[in-house]
Amino acid sequence: MEILFFYLVALVAVVSGFLVIRCQSPVNSALGLVNTFFCLAIFYVMLHAPFMAAIQVMVYAGAIMVLILFVIMLLNLGTEARKSYLHGIVWSGLASLAVLFNVIYFIKRGRVTGAEGDITDFTVQSVGHVELIGKTMFTEFLLPFEIASILLLVAIVGAVVLAKKEV
Amino acid sequence: MISVYHYMSVSAILFAMGTYGVLTRRNAIVIFMCIELMLNSVNLTFIALSNHLQSMDGQIFVFFVMTVAAAEAAVGLALMIAFYRNRESIDVDNINLMKL
Repeated sequence: MEILFFYLVALVAVVSGFLVIRCQSPVNSALGLVNTFFCLAIFYVMLHAPFMAAIQVMVYAGAIMVLILFVIMLLNLGTEARKSYLHGIVWSGLASLAVLFNVIYFIKRGRVTGAEGDITDFTVQSVGHVELIGKTMFTEFLLPFEIASILLLVAIVGAVVLAKKEV
Repeated sequence: MISVYHYMSVSAILFAMGTYGVLTRRNAIVIFMCIELMLNSVNLTFIALSNHLQSMDGQIFVFFVMTVAAAEAAVGLALMIAFYRNRESIDVDNINLMKL
């Protein structure tokens, strides 16, 4: 039953990803992308990471996609003129197929190993996912967290400077 | 039973599709959305492996990927608005000042 659900969600994710790369209108692409984000959020729930699913829906499907749709409508973009380069399609198709085959080959032939931690699904359910994430982020990953805040500050300043007419 | 390989296969397919979109589309915003698709497929790999290895580190990495994606969205969209103001289009064919 679970595997059927997995295949259903995976199918929807791949089809909406296909819509993202094929739709003529950027608004349709954006809606396909939102659909993909929701499918990925379902995967995160299935992987016992409910907080990441909530973040996915709020930050990606909420904030980033609204920003992108806002810019699409601000610039009043119509459908793209259908002028595609054949050599571009052939070479990029080959490149993406090479990426796909490489990754699938490694997945099929390799085995996932690594240093196993002690956070099982049972721990996540009894302690709580948010608490576990907070504990890891504010102890082990404190410096990267602070650096991320500086990155966001620089991004805000940069966006304002770039979008202003006269600085 | 769903294994970690299932999730990684889905992620590989999404990543390849994002690559194809980045290389073929000419609208800068659609290219940007394809980059978001690739970032998300990597996020799926991170969380699947974090669940498989029973460790929290992968999920923290997803946090930082999301931070970078948000910063990228802000700066990239500002760049597109600045470019649209100069050229009246965001077709990447028109970004050719440095072309030989």
